[in-house]
Amino acid sequence: MSASDFYALSPLLLLAGSSVLIMLLIAVRLSHRIIQISSLLLFAISLYSTVFTADILPYRIPPLLIFDGFSSFITALIIFSSLVVNILSYVYFDEKEESPKEYYVLLFLCTLGSCVLAISNHFVSLFLGLEILTVGLYALIAYLRGRNHSIEAGVKYLVLAAFSSAFLLFGMALIYLETGTMNFSEIGERLRTVDNIPVIFITGLGMMLVGVGFKLAIFPFHMWTADIYQGSPAPVTAFIATASKGGMFAVLFRFFASIQGFNFPEIITILSVVAIASMLVGNLLALRQNNVKRILAYSSIAHFGYLFVAFIPRNAISLEAISFYLLSYFITTLTAFGIVTLLSVRETDAEDIGRYKALFWQHPILACVLTASMLSLAGIPLTAGFIGKFYVLAAGLQGGFWLLAIILVLSSVIGLYYYLRIITIMFSKEEHAEIIEKKAHPGFYVASSAALVILTFVILLLGIYPDAVIKLLGGFSMS
Amino acid sequence: MILVWLILILMGGGLLAFMLGQWNKSLPRWIALFTLFAGFLGLLSLWIEQYRFTNTWLVNYKTEWIPSFGITFHLAIDGLSLILLTLTFFIGILSILSSWSDIRDRVGFYHFNLLWILAGISGVFMAMDLFLFYFFWEVMLIPMYFLIGIWGSENRVYAAYKFFIFTQASGLLMLLAILGLYFIHGNNTGTFTYNYFELLGTVIPEGTANWLIAGFLIAFIVKLPLIPFHSWLPDAHSEAPTAGSLILAALLLKTGAYGIMRFALPLFPQAAINFAPWLMLLGVLGIIYGAILAYAQTDLKRLVAYTSVSHMGFVVVGIFAFSELALQGVVMQLITHAISTGALFVIAGILKERLHTRDISAMGGFWQQMPKLGVLSMVFTMASLGLPGLGNFIAELLILLGAFRSNLWITIFATAGLVFSAIYSLRIMQKVFFGPKAGSAPISDLNWRELSILTSLTIVIIWLGVYPQPVIHTAKPMVKYIENIFSGDASAVKNNKLLYQMKTAEQPNKKETYVSK
Repeated sequence: MSASDFYALSPLLLLAGSSVLIMLLIAVRLSHRIIQISSLLLFAISLYSTVFTADILPYRIPPLLIFDGFSSFITALIIFSSLVVNILSYVYFDEKEESPKEYYVLLFLCTLGSCVLAISNHFVSLFLGLEILTVGLYALIAYLRGRNHSIEAGVKYLVLAAFSSAFLLFGMALIYLETGTMNFSEIGERLRTVDNIPVIFITGLGMMLVGVGFKLAIFPFHMWTADIYQGSPAPVTAFIATASKGGMFAVLFRFFASIQGFNFPEIITILSVVAIASMLVGNLLALRQNNVKRILAYSSIAHFGYLFVAFIPRNAISLEAISFYLLSYFITTLTAFGIVTLLSVRETDAEDIGRYKALFWQHPILACVLTASMLSLAGIPLTAGFIGKFYVLAAGLQGGFWLLAIILVLSSVIGLYYYLRIITIMFSKEEHAEIIEKKAHPGFYVASSAALVILTFVILLLGIYPDAVIKLLGGFSMS
Repeated sequence: MILVWLILILMGGGLLAFMLGQWNKSLPRWIALFTLFAGFLGLLSLWIEQYRFTNTWLVNYKTEWIPSFGITFHLAIDGLSLILLTLTFFIGILSILSSWSDIRDRVGFYHFNLLWILAGISGVFMAMDLFLFYFFWEVMLIPMYFLIGIWGSENRVYAAYKFFIFTQASGLLMLLAILGLYFIHGNNTGTFTYNYFELLGTVIPEGTANWLIAGFLIAFIVKLPLIPFHSWLPDAHSEAPTAGSLILAALLLKTGAYGIMRFALPLFPQAAINFAPWLMLLGVLGIIYGAILAYAQTDLKRLVAYTSVSHMGFVVVGIFAFSELALQGVVMQLITHAISTGALFVIAGILKERLHTRDISAMGGFWQQMPKLGVLSMVFTMASLGLPGLGNFIAELLILLGAFRSNLWITIFATAGLVFSAIYSLRIMQKVFFGPKAGSAPISDLNWRELSILTSLTIVIIWLGVYPQPVIHTAKPMVKYIENIFSGDASAVKNNKLLYQMKTAEQPNKKETYVSK
């Protein structure tokens, strides 16, 4: 490996090194507070490193890894999400666990796994990244051992993730059988020499889609989502909803672009069906939920369906649309789960929708933050979600996918209902019982709230003046 | 710049009211009132200043917003926009006054919502970029949702949902149509833009144009509302607080009619002609159906809400007659309906404040106790039934005259609608102010505030009935332009873009002229 390889890899190396460093800090029995703050700093450093390594893009480390504008954007986004999760975690875990320090090690490892996914250009690195991410997540999901739901969710995730990994591996093997290579670009080249897509290849692709679809929680692999969102600790749910999905989506997009999947009507049909079903199923299932985490789980299914509307055409603005949508969705989701985290108490998470009753009149700032994020998820103007949805629609329509665009519009109207429901409850008049104030860590509480307020401003800024970000995204290329 | 200021003061005033509302309960009211007065005076002076000129476009402001997509922050007003903007601020002032005493909790947030609705509506009347237009179109929804959902009466949550989902769903279909138009224009010419003036005269295959105009029309006729999309309206109107009903009836419904005239017709003239007979039919059905349902209501606010459906039917019939006379009538109808129906909602609000009910059967014989309210109510019910001398008469007469030439049978049935409107209007007076006295509790007559609201509305409705010329004069260029598109003169359709650019170039106000590429 050359020096420039190390330079390009520095965000990942920093993340890997951080996890070891934190482990050492735990070994010398430092307090939770110090570990939290130092891991925050380490996240910030790795985030910064994604920015300063941007000057060598695009860069390849053959055959496994690839660095280009898109991958480093996704890497930065993943690390940023983990950073926010990290900020939110202190208050949440400190009152629940005796010693929540190992949590931070796992967080670093999961982030690393997700970043590896984002830059991988090969089946081996894909699988490696996936396993680093998934193994860490088993532990994170079941981290609060005292809660029944947590254990249940952890075991459920373990069984299903192992199952889906098996499918993924089998699918890869079939594709390898057909093409004789595991490198994305080489697979693409082999595929260009054939007229009709081979049956074994399409079978392999289908099996891979099982594995990938499971991670992204798209229809029909979405069954786990609600239970695991509900059972995980709130900050971990935020991580699952954002960082863990971002990497997978990026690698899927890269693979799809490499094999030029948009040239094959079979693939387009499969993905369109998946997208349409995800949009409808996600939004319909969310309608009857009374648990905020479950609502957000189902809404995430729908949102990844929306993303596929930009994904399938794979035209000039697809890449920008996907990047923008991921950015806005991540920030919005982090904000929403941030509020859930802040309102959680020692015994339970703030997941029952009744918990939010009249929140506006007790915690106007938190309620405004949650309102902004709900409106953004619903795609109402003035918020990032609107520009994101607009972008996705534009990408879909430019490719002539009217059916997908119309389904997107109709299903997002269904989605409005449950987002509005949360808002309505927050603004309802009935007075709620006393709210237990978090007096234990006022400093961290304020810091978490401040982080959420800043994120809210970003949501609004992206909604009102998105041009700067659009210009940045427009400069991306995928090599 | 005045256009940007209009929006900025509304939004800024709203934020200020929200923040100061934490400390002082009456400050937000004064802030809101002051803001609206300032805007109203500004618009009046602009109107008087521009009255001499006969330009199409009066003021223009354009700056880049999201250049990557070809989206500009482009505001411009012509006579029609100016009239509707003035109306917006006028009704805004009255809505603040009408809720002066009955809103006691969360005053700051209430006025924030009120001002932001008005900002959204003003934006809709000014935006000349389709993306910006959609943006403002949606901006007014959320605060309205809060206004109904928080300060409404018993069934408010249901009404707020219904309002929001109806309008949002139809709005999103319009967004699809906007995007479709954007790509068609971009593929034809190579410039991807949302600019209204550049999109005018885009060559669209007829089948596609029918779909695109359908996307626009669905958003507009849901707002208007035209049957069968009217079912949100009675709920939203009757559950909203007085100011909310006033704004809904007087302003929100007008954005639909404005959208049809400004966007749907000029952008897709041929498709509009294809749709015209069906929409006129729906319009006339709306006139009769709304009137019959209004007669059957026992809830005073629902009654007035159904009269809106009936009156807006006239608007649709007038627009799709495509004649200058009818279009002038439509512009008049937009204003007079805002005034008369708005006043009826204010009256319903006043009665509700005193009686704590909207049920007509619990009312009766109030003339003795409230002579002032009785007299003023008489004026507005008479206006609503189209009594000569009051504004609505002019409006409906012009619409019927204009529509007569384009579709005889539709006009005949629409005229029959006037008879129905006489029936329901007289029923309001009969049930509320005459007949046997209901209850013996003393009811106070109007106070100075309510009196001033209703008096100013009365003055306007009489003025419009006696001397409507200022409105007609101001709206003329726009109306003339629409008629030219549809007069069968092919060159008018082809040259409409040029016409706009030439007219705007002649403007006296050089600084803010629209510069054509």
